[in-house]
This record gives sequence, C-alpha cells and structure tokens, in this order.
Amino acid sequence: MNYIVSDLKVVGTRPVRPDGVDKVTGRAVFAADTRGAGMLWGKILRSPHAHARIVSIDTSKAAALPGVKAVVTGADFPDIPSEEAFVGEGPMNFRDLSRNVMARGKVLYEGHALAAVAASTQAICDQALDLIDVQYEVLPFVIEVEAAMAPDAPVLHDDLFTSGVEPKATKASNIAKVVTFKKGDIEAGFKDAEVIVEGRYTTEPVHQAYIEPHACLATYAPDGQITIHASSQGHFMIRAYTAKLLGIDMANIRVNPAEIGGGFGGKTLIYLEPVAVALSKKTGRPVKIQMTREEVFRGSGPTSGATVEVKIGAKKDGTIVAAQQVLKFQAGAFPGSPINPGCMCGFAMYDLPNVDVVGYDVVSNRPKVAAYRAPGAPITSFAVESLMDDLARKLEMDPLVLRQKNAAKNGTKTHYGPTHVNIGFEQVLAAVESHPHWKTPVKPGQGRGLATGFWFNIGGESTAQVHVNEDGSITAATGSPDIGGSRASIGMMVAEVLGVPAERVRTVVADTASIGFTHVTGGSRVTFATGMAATQAAEKVVDELKKRAAMIWEIPVEAVDWHEGMAFPAGSNAGAFEPLDLAALALKAARTGGPINAEVALNAQGAGAGFGAHICDVSVDRETGQVTIERYTAVQDVGKAIHPSYVEGQIQGGAAQGIGWALNEEYIYNSKGQLENPGFLDYRCPVASDLPLIEAVLVEVPNPRHPFGARGVGEVPIVPPMAAVANAIRDAIGIRMPSLPMSPPKVRKALDLANGDD
Amino acid sequence: MSKHHVTTTINGEPTEYLCETQQTMLDTLRDVLGLTGSKEGCASGDCGACSIIVDGRLVCSCLMLGVEAEGKAITTIEGIAEGDKLHPVQQKFLEHAALQCGFCTPGFIVATKALLDENPNPTETEARYWLAGNLCRCTGYDKIIRAVMDAAAEMRGETVR
Amino acid sequence: MPKVVISGNVGQRFTGGLAEFEVAATTFRRLVLELEQRFPGLGQQVEEGMAVAIDGEIYQDAYAAVLRPDSEIVLIPKIGGG
Repeated sequence: MNYIVSDLKVVGTRPVRPDGVDKVTGRAVFAADTRGAGMLWGKILRSPHAHARIVSIDTSKAAALPGVKAVVTGADFPDIPSEEAFVGEGPMNFRDLSRNVMARGKVLYEGHALAAVAASTQAICDQALDLIDVQYEVLPFVIEVEAAMAPDAPVLHDDLFTSGVEPKATKASNIAKVVTFKKGDIEAGFKDAEVIVEGRYTTEPVHQAYIEPHACLATYAPDGQITIHASSQGHFMIRAYTAKLLGIDMANIRVNPAEIGGGFGGKTLIYLEPVAVALSKKTGRPVKIQMTREEVFRGSGPTSGATVEVKIGAKKDGTIVAAQQVLKFQAGAFPGSPINPGCMCGFAMYDLPNVDVVGYDVVSNRPKVAAYRAPGAPITSFAVESLMDDLARKLEMDPLVLRQKNAAKNGTKTHYGPTHVNIGFEQVLAAVESHPHWKTPVKPGQGRGLATGFWFNIGGESTAQVHVNEDGSITAATGSPDIGGSRASIGMMVAEVLGVPAERVRTVVADTASIGFTHVTGGSRVTFATGMAATQAAEKVVDELKKRAAMIWEIPVEAVDWHEGMAFPAGSNAGAFEPLDLAALALKAARTGGPINAEVALNAQGAGAGFGAHICDVSVDRETGQVTIERYTAVQDVGKAIHPSYVEGQIQGGAAQGIGWALNEEYIYNSKGQLENPGFLDYRCPVASDLPLIEAVLVEVPNPRHPFGARGVGEVPIVPPMAAVANAIRDAIGIRMPSLPMSPPKVRKALDLANGDD
Repeated sequence: MSKHHVTTTINGEPTEYLCETQQTMLDTLRDVLGLTGSKEGCASGDCGACSIIVDGRLVCSCLMLGVEAEGKAITTIEGIAEGDKLHPVQQKFLEHAALQCGFCTPGFIVATKALLDENPNPTETEARYWLAGNLCRCTGYDKIIRAVMDAAAEMRGETVR
Repeated sequence: MPKVVISGNVGQRFTGGLAEFEVAATTFRRLVLELEQRFPGLGQQVEEGMAVAIDGEIYQDAYAAVLRPDSEIVLIPKIGGG
C-alpha cells in the first residue's frame, strides 16, 4: 500500500525518540559497557612497522606472566582461501579480511594486528604485549597513491596482478584493478568544445572518527555456543564474518546488538570479534576487547587518499559537451577502495553526451580502507565541483545557472549506464535559487561557494516484526542497529499504518537469534528497506485485526474497516457495532485465533537516489590562514521526511564531517610510515566553536518505491561540502585550493605564493 | 600492587571503593563502580565523552586518577536526573533531537550543566566555546546548541510553554 | 527483446568489448543464466559483483525482477555505502 498522498497523522511529525531517555541518562548500553562473569580483558599487539615480514613471534614470556590466560597469533586462525566478496559495504576478499584481523606472514601497515592476549586486567594485558617478542624483517614501504603505482614501488602482494587491463598483467603490482566508464565519443566532444578547463586535485586519508571506539564482549561456552555483544552497524554481518574467519558454524553464534556510538561505514566490517572469540575459547571465560583511540586511528580503516584529474569541455553558453576524469584511490593494505562509486558519482548530477572515466584501485602500506559515508563520492565530487566552479568563472556564468543548464533530470542517461528515474535534482537547485542564503549578497570580506552531490542509496534485505501485546500496545522489532534515530522513524511508520499515536509503539532492535536476517545499517537503507518491511508487517497486522473483528461481529471481513486504531463496521449494512480498539481486540486474541503479530522479510530494490546542493559562506584570516564557516545551508531531496528532526540531523552531521574533511582532517605520516596524529588533538575534527548553525532544507520528491516516499538521506550530505568550502575560499581570496585539507598552513602558503613571497 | 581505599561522594551518595594507583577516575567509575554512563572516547582528554563535575568544576574523568576523588563531591551523568524527573537539559536534548547515536550525549549533558551552573545566560558563542571540549561526530552541533540555549532560557524561567 | 548495456570495462572483459546486445530473458534470473551461457564467466560476475539497473532502478540481487521487451537493462558495479 502507498501512503504518499495520504493525510498523515504521525509520519512527518517530531515525537521524542523511544530510546531517548536511556541515552540522555547514560543508561543505554554500548558494547564497552557490557560485562561477563569472570570476564578477562583482551588486547591486541600491533605492528610498529609500515611494511615487514614476520620472521618469528615468541609468545612464551607473555604467556608466562601471572594474570595472562591466553595468547593468540595468526597461527591460531584458519588460513582462509581467497574468496571475493562484498564485505560490509565494499569489495573485499575474505582471505584479506582474515589477514587484516590478524596478520599472517607479513605486516602491511603500522597498526596491523599480529597477536593478542587475554588477562585479568588491562594493565597486565599491556605488560604482556610488551613481552611478546616479534622478529621483523623490515621492508621498504610506500603510502602515497601515485608513488605506489610507480613501476619500482615496493610491492605489497606478490600474488596481486592488475585486473581490468589488456594484455593480462604478468608482473605483480600495487595496482589491483583498473575500471573504465565511457559514454559517447570523448575526443569528438572536446573538439566540439569552445571552452576547456582542467584540474588536478589531491585528498588525504580521513577517518570516520566515530566517538565510540570499537568494542565487543565474546563468550565461548563449553558446548561451543558463542555469544557476542558488539557495537556494529550490522550484528548479522558480525555473525557471518566471525563464523567465516574462524571456520565455525554460524548457527553457533548469537550476536546481541549493543547501542552503537557512530559508524559512518567504519563499523560495517569486523576487527575484534574473531579475536575475542578465539581468546574466549582458549580461556573458557568471557573476553572483552575495546580499542583505544590510538588503535582506532592506527588499526581501523580510514577512507582513501586520492589524486583526481578532471577535464571538462563546454560551449560558450554553458552546455557541457565533454567530461573526463582519471581517479587514483588508495585501497590501503588490501585491494578494495571505493573506486567504482568514485568513477560513477562525479558526473552523475549532469546530462553529458561524451564522458570518459578511468579509475585505479591501488594498495599501499596504510590501514585497509573501510567505507565512509557515500564511499568514493566526496572525493570525486570535490574534484568535479571545484572544476565546475572554475568553468563557471571562465564562462562568466552564475555557478547555479551552470548546474541548472546541465542538470540531470528524469530520463537523463548517466555515463555509467542507467537512466535516472524519479530524481529530484532540479527541485533541489530550484530550492537553492529561492533560498534567502542564495539571495542575500555575500558580506564584504567573505566568499561564497556552491557545490552539488549525488549518492545512489541502497535497499537490501530486512526483516521486521510487529506484535500486538496483550494490552493492545505495539512492539515493532527489526534487525537494524539504530545509529541515528531509526527506532523513532520505524515506530512512526508502524503507528501510522495502525492508526495509533507514535508513543503506543515500542521499537526494539532484536538479536540474531530473535529475528530474520537483516543487512547492515548503512548505505542509507534503514528507513527505506527496514521501513518498508515494518510498514508491510503493520499492514498484515491490520488485516489480521480486521479478521478478528469480523469473527467477533460475525460479519464478512470485507465489511470491516480499520482507521484511527480501531475496527469499524464498513457501513450501516454491516451492523451497528461499537468500534473495537487494539486493547479490545488484544483481549480476545486467544479466542479469535491466537497471538496477533506479523513478520515480513524482503529484499528492497529500487532505492531512490539522493541529490544535494550546499551553499557555504566563509571568511579567511589572511594572517593565520584560518578559514571560518560563516553561514552554511544544505539542500537535499529526502523523498519524504519520516521524522524531520532526524533527517535534518543526518544532513547537518554529514555536512559537518565534510567541512572537517575540507579544512583540517588528514592522516599525517612520518618518514617511517608511522602515523603522527592518532588522537583527537592532532586529528582535528570540527568542534562546536568551528561551526555555525547549519540550515538543512528538506526538498520532498517522493520515491514511489517506498510506502511513504522516503529516500535514503544519510550519505548525500557529505558529498558537496569539500567543494562548497573550496569554492567559497576561491571566492574570498581568489585562490583555487586543489588539495585537501585546506588547513591554515596550506592556505598561508597559497597566499604567500600568490603574493610572490615564496 | 596494593589498592587504595577511597572515600568520596558520588551523585550525592557517600561512596567507598578500592582502586589501583594508576586507575583513572573514568576506569574507576566504569569498571569498579559499574557507572558506565561516562564513556571512553579517547582517554586523553580531547573528546569530553567522560565529562564529570568535581567540586563544581567540569573535568575529564580520564585525566583524573581514582584516588584524587578522596573527599570530593562528584557528579556524573547518572546523577543529573532526579529519580525519574529529567533535568531540563536532558529534556531539551530530547525535544530538539540533539542526539543521534547518543555516545557523546552524557558528556555534553554534564558539560552543559556545568556551563549553566556558572553562566545561566550564555550567548550562542559562549556556549559553543564552552562545549568545544566535547566532540560530536553525528549532529554537527546544530541541535545540541539549540537545546542548550533553550534549556538555559527555560531554567531562567523565560520559556513560555 | 530486452537490451543489455554493460557499462564499464569490468563486464566488457567477458564480452570481448561488446557493450550492448539483446537478450531473450524475461526475468533477471534467466538473464544471468543466458549471460553465463553466451559469455562464460559473465553470469557469475553479475551474481557476485554487479548490480543491474532495470529502467533506471537499481536491483542489487533480485532473480524475480521482470524484464519487459523494452526494458533498459544496464549492468553496473555493485554499490555499497557507509
């Protein structure tokens, strides 16, 4: 059923979220808050070298330390054969995932895990790690993407041959694959162009920087039954990968979803659970492992650093006739960067006749890349949207008008193949045009930038249950960990279908033994796919409630209506019965057939794509190079805002992460390939005093695939900010910053160069 | 290693515990006393997720030792509400949807209480700088600041319900 | 007959560079089988690492998805998220 044009009572309002009180009182349980009887602490030994062969590991002294109950190394884990997969939210190989969790043969980045201990206190764990004697043969390393592509670069994997090239590669390389996307005739396109602009852009690795470090508690019982409490974006994923990496049956593992303190893609794969389970098996006791902040930076996956070259050709009237891109993405220690989305998203906002995109997935000695909010799209859009801004200047055209002239519409064929359907990009641009921010002149001394962005959003598998409790209240259960308020929106959709206030629905996140399979909370999928399953489950419950009323009234079920949370006879012909509400029907549930509940499992397809456009005003302190965000407006097509506050929250949060990526965040390596800034002091995320209020403008072009018209919203907002900020800086000081982050030293250097002081 | 016996007051309750010399107040609260509301985000005083109030002063409990609590009055997130009556700051965080994952929220609420105890009428800029020691990665701070300003107004008796 | 477009070199590797061709299949499942038969390895590639856009809507894995005679079918890399 479709509620897109209905008069909605709950969806679209802003009730307090059902899990809110627990979160503001400190009662909510995150993985690190869990305890087990006789619990031991686990800690992981990490490589100090960026690239080295493990010659030997001697754990005897560590094992002998009083208080130490077990030590494990790569040898304690099965040698997983090579198996390509889509792990969490990106391409990976299970063998690589296994070796990332615990190194085997080689360490490939500083921070790479190679051993672990379990002991009665964290302090004893630390001492034990110091007693593990590892003999390394230190090898030359390479980190920067173009350096890693050079023919004489140190090679990380001697069995990695570039795929996607003809003739087939015979020499091992750090280039894992080459991908291409073409449309039309690029050479003819550029010949046809009257104006051509080019740019070369670089970005550094940035971390998702969730405030909660990875943590889990694992218990291996004597009968082989394993219980895990984990903070993750997907407890079914934890179960599957733990089983795979340890070579045990998934059926023996039960994962409880603890609350999760941020993920943004970085918690869609595993680091700790197989290790904790292995230690628990050896010791016969629960083992808790939590990463320190330093370990999070050194040992878990930031996104790619990259170089991107773009060339765009246009007519004098602004019509783009040719667009070309070459992208080189770091994958980290194992193949699998988001190079494909990087190639697909940069030009996805535009209707272009001739396009040529080439992308390289390159390994190097830094942590394996993990997904980060719209993986690949922020990097590619930084480059494309910066160049579009330069093109607008060259054409002496308003940057918004340039976007509108070339905007993708329904029916536009993308350069990666599919035709856009049911999109809202033009409406987003129209909302920018009419927004007070855009219409207000830029303040003296400030600069303004505009940038746009795109993300596919995904659907996928979700299971949802709706139960009518004996008192007529409702429980909705799903398998989707709640990262950003999804309990609220799921409960609201269920309440809407049932015709009850939002407060009558309790939403819970069920563990892997209590609900059917559900794909990770990521890819902006929960409101879409899990919401779809929950809505359908609620509809089934309504059907059942009508049947029960029909039985009580002894009339045909077609003669029963349901609205406002009650069953009504459909007309005076049906009979003069008093309406039966949920409580009354629940009271009679046993007599009319049994418990009233429904479960729906589905694989949602046709997720609606999202488009955004951000307006950013900055001021630049020429003395210090500091850039201040003075005003920020983020416009986005959200389909239908189920709970507008949480939709706004996703947009504001994504914009803030993009601003951090633009201005300060980066991985800084020393000459030994070791991370110099593995902490929040020197890995500088935006703080409250760095940002103004961020206005989120919700454009609603319904996605007909979703019962309420919702689109995924979480990822799009991180795509435009870096170019929006760069374009604002260009406007303020007349200098194009092609390299991220645009931190004070770099802005100062650019100002000096421009003044001829260098 | 022998432990230290500490006598202190936590959330108004006289409390005694044993802790190791090097154990931080954060680890003491979480692992010794089971008060897991204060969170470890960085253990280096940079993120504020472990914020507590010690004798009226806002402190990162990860930068304080468990033994330093001797004789002090400590307030943690668990002591902000009075029984089942939420503090206005907590209520406003809920109304303004000023939390998403909720991990930084205890730290923000404690820090906000400390702010408003000291300055009941902060400007938006003063609030932002006071809270600059609390990192949030989910919200972009917008709704947090709105909640803080609204809570301050309500506590001054200015909000019309 | 439905027309299949393979965007990008990953799929074209199996078709010898052929980017567009017609198929007889009427569901996604039959499409995968037909692709594997005509271009050995491609069916498996589609199952494991690709998504299909049918008339612009992206299907990551849906055997029952219907292909109409005038459907535009594009094979693209699988999409994740964060």
